[in-house]
Amino acid sequence: MEFLEPLFGGALIGIGSLIAMAASGKIPGISGVASKILKWHRGDTLWRILYLAGLVVGAGLAISFSMGWAKYSVPADKGLAVFAVAGLLVGFGSRMGGGCTSGHGVCGIGAGAKDAIIYTLVFMAAGILTVFVWNQLMVGGALQ
Amino acid sequence: MRWFLIFIAGLLFGMGLVISGMTDPSRVIGFLDLSGNWDPALAFVMGGAVAVFALGYFILRKLEKNRFHGLGLPDTSADPVSKRLVIGSAIFGIGWGLGGFCPGPAIANLSVFRTEALIFVPMMLLGMFLAQRVFGLDR
Repeated sequence: MEFLEPLFGGALIGIGSLIAMAASGKIPGISGVASKILKWHRGDTLWRILYLAGLVVGAGLAISFSMGWAKYSVPADKGLAVFAVAGLLVGFGSRMGGGCTSGHGVCGIGAGAKDAIIYTLVFMAAGILTVFVWNQLMVGGALQ
Repeated sequence: MRWFLIFIAGLLFGMGLVISGMTDPSRVIGFLDLSGNWDPALAFVMGGAVAVFALGYFILRKLEKNRFHGLGLPDTSADPVSKRLVIGSAIFGIGWGLGGFCPGPAIANLSVFRTEALIFVPMMLLGMFLAQRVFGLDR
């Protein structure tokens, strides 16, 4: 099992989140950061744009310099319509649920918030169940 | 300085997402596929991130208490678990399992114009907008 890259990448995610929290005074979960750009607030929007811009540039640099090491693939049974529906659910659910993998999963749990642990367990369980149902019922095959 | 730090923080976060493998939808779905060909390695992403964040958070809280009052750290105390947030998290999890994208990795994949991300992110923003219309903005 290759665990060094996930561990190292995870540590970078943790450091980035920590710096963003200290510099912004907010909990820098990506869904919260992104969603609140939608509504302009003086003094509370620029840092969000800069944080996401940094994220995009950092990812672009890592992908470019990885020379093919950074893999990207999509399962054959996941068409673009699946990504449209998934995007809608992720966006809606993250704001209805008050956070995503970074807000609840990293910052919330890292700060010792018990509610964040519960929400993280809920979305992990929902994700696992979704993959299970998709594969068992071969939803992808039925759609094609 | 503050703006620069936040940009660097985003840079590290984005690099971390790519290096960890979180930006690969097949890998994320493989991580969630407990009953199939399970790939547990991505558990180390959250493990590493939480460990580093928790340590830094602990130090910052101590610093704020003993030395620098008014460091301005956010309130991270737990709220009572609400039905709304549990259901929202479940909906989020279903979307995550469907596409293998959570918000950070989807936005990260915009950097190289991946088609799935170009479709996912606008729909995600639409979903966020709708949820904020229904439930209002939270902290």
